[in-house]
Amino acid sequence: MEKNRSSERFASPSPHDNQGERPSLLSGPMGMSAGDSLAVVAALPRRKPIYAAFAEGLRRFWKLATINRKVALGSAIIAFFILVAIFGPMFPLQDPNAISHLSNRGPSAAHWLGTSTSGQDLFSQLVYGTRSSIFWSFFTGLLVTAVSAFVGLIAGYAGGVLSEVLSMLINVFLVVPALPLAVVLAAYFPRGPLTIAVVITVTSWAYGARLLRSQTLSMRSREFVTAARASGESTWRIIFYEILPNEASIVATIFITTTIAVVLFWASLQFLGLADVSDVNWGSMLYWAQQADGLFQGFWWWFVPPGLCIAILAAGLSLINFGIDEISDPRLGSAVAAKRVRRVKRGTLSGGQVSGAAAPGGARGVPDTFLF
Amino acid sequence: MRHLLRRLLFYAVALWVAITVNFFIPRLAPGDPASAFIGKILRAGGRVDPGQLAAIRQMLGVDTTDPLWVQYFKYLGELLHGRFGVSVTYFPASVTEIIGSGIMWTIGLGLVSVIIGCVVGWAIGILLAWKRGSVLDTLLAPGMTFLYGIPYFWLALLLLYIFGATLHWFPLNQGYDVINTIPGWNADFILSVIQHGILPAGTIVIASLAGWMLLMRNTMIATLSEDYVLMAEAKGLRQGRVLFAYAARNALLPNLTNFAIALGFIVAGQLLTEYVFSYPGIGFYLLQGVASLDYALVQSIFLIITVAVLGANFLAEMLYTVLDPRVRQEGTA
Repeated sequence: MEKNRSSERFASPSPHDNQGERPSLLSGPMGMSAGDSLAVVAALPRRKPIYAAFAEGLRRFWKLATINRKVALGSAIIAFFILVAIFGPMFPLQDPNAISHLSNRGPSAAHWLGTSTSGQDLFSQLVYGTRSSIFWSFFTGLLVTAVSAFVGLIAGYAGGVLSEVLSMLINVFLVVPALPLAVVLAAYFPRGPLTIAVVITVTSWAYGARLLRSQTLSMRSREFVTAARASGESTWRIIFYEILPNEASIVATIFITTTIAVVLFWASLQFLGLADVSDVNWGSMLYWAQQADGLFQGFWWWFVPPGLCIAILAAGLSLINFGIDEISDPRLGSAVAAKRVRRVKRGTLSGGQVSGAAAPGGARGVPDTFLF
Repeated sequence: MRHLLRRLLFYAVALWVAITVNFFIPRLAPGDPASAFIGKILRAGGRVDPGQLAAIRQMLGVDTTDPLWVQYFKYLGELLHGRFGVSVTYFPASVTEIIGSGIMWTIGLGLVSVIIGCVVGWAIGILLAWKRGSVLDTLLAPGMTFLYGIPYFWLALLLLYIFGATLHWFPLNQGYDVINTIPGWNADFILSVIQHGILPAGTIVIASLAGWMLLMRNTMIATLSEDYVLMAEAKGLRQGRVLFAYAARNALLPNLTNFAIALGFIVAGQLLTEYVFSYPGIGFYLLQGVASLDYALVQSIFLIITVAVLGANFLAEMLYTVLDPRVRQEGTA
């Protein structure tokens, strides 16, 4: 059911609506005296104290994160990287920028992942670099999602010329090739993380915007929107307070998909040397490894770990995406999920009737959901 | 017909946007990139065709007192005449020459990679959809997902390291053996091209496999649960016939669109491949140009890439219109 905030205005005042707030509506014309209102206030359910609400939120978040094996694994990976990003540099590590005379050494007790050409410790570079990589990837992912949501919702809700123009704009940006445009923009503007963030946003916002536009188009003819409009809500409120909460799950999926693309895009731009190469992060480690011909000299300890970190981060996000996909469409899932679906469906029909039909379907390998 | 005209109009608008963006970027960028560039050309010596020099001036907006809109139309004029200027990195070659030499390599490599990738990827996707729920499916589908998340250039570097630097099976860079072979229709050259192309094409195929496979698998799963497939099986048709003539044929539509779009992105997305393998395509020249701030080269290559992508997208839509009559009906409704 969609959340219908506008209905609050029409509901007749009753003690159960006002969770702990002063029921001023009940006094005066409604004919209740001060003494009566006090009694009502005392009987109202109290709002939960902060720590209980926080614990409840945590519990819900945990349930969401472990709802599925894939989602659980993906969330664990992301959580690990975020923890390293926040707490990693607090550990007693060497200065990632400190040069030394130990050039291009392999992994050893002193340098867990070896050293770069200028003798910098690669393990501490990896840990310190996590902070920059994670922060900028997620920040840019959020930025892109925000822009997509903003343009997509307006394009979907507004009618007429504005909708057509925005739709044209979205399609144009979808079709213009992203990496070449990013390369050209990065060539002209000053190098730095903010430039790259803006460049990636400019080239990647259209995908989410198109999805949200089509979703909003279907939403705007629903009754709750008509009700909101009839009750005189301003257009902005309708778009961002009524329609947007109902599209929250799509926005979340867009955020995850976009962030995967952003992580890889960012790494590519850093590898090409278009970002600030003096910044310590996974992509720039790969850039410097390439500049020093690390590949051909066999310095695998330089370019394997950062690339592996990027791959694992992207894999974690993809796992979450796949897990969510599986929940919404069990046919796409693994054998375990399919079995679960079959078991549930079998439970709703009489046992003997169904088991005969299930066996041949499973044996032939054809999905048997349509047999029921 | 109307539907077609509408789409043609859209692609014309998209092209116009790309050209206009190309026009404004050098004028909006901080510093004064244009004068620096002209200075580099004039200092490089040698004879520069005055027509090309004028074209560059129009493109970048230097030494001109014309109002902006006059500059814009002069720039469009230069574009229509095919005068993109000269390159500073490969002075005194004109940009058109460089693009001409590079584009054959890009298209050649890209076409081969896309065709091999989609054939293999679709085959695996159909197999996985048919055997959905089996061990192969449960292992391969998440495995492919992981492959998808690997940064392409890193995978390319790894494979280059293993097969090129360590095992010495394949050459390390270039499109062909520049020392020993002479370009032309001789066996040496062709063999050299193939040998130099296996690793780049291989990395593209591996990296894009997951994309081809996943879409085919998902559309096949949806198609296999349709009633007409059940009917075909009930009629007792061969499994292979049901799979290909009934299910895959209908699942093909979104996959063909994917294919056509991938063709367009050959030109755009091979940037990283050509960078890692020093393959002499236009992506390689684009990155060389960016490194030396060769604005004429950079902007013109970007324009060519955009035209290629738009063209491929338009072809994809035409293909879709031909193959799926429902789109034609919607357009005229």
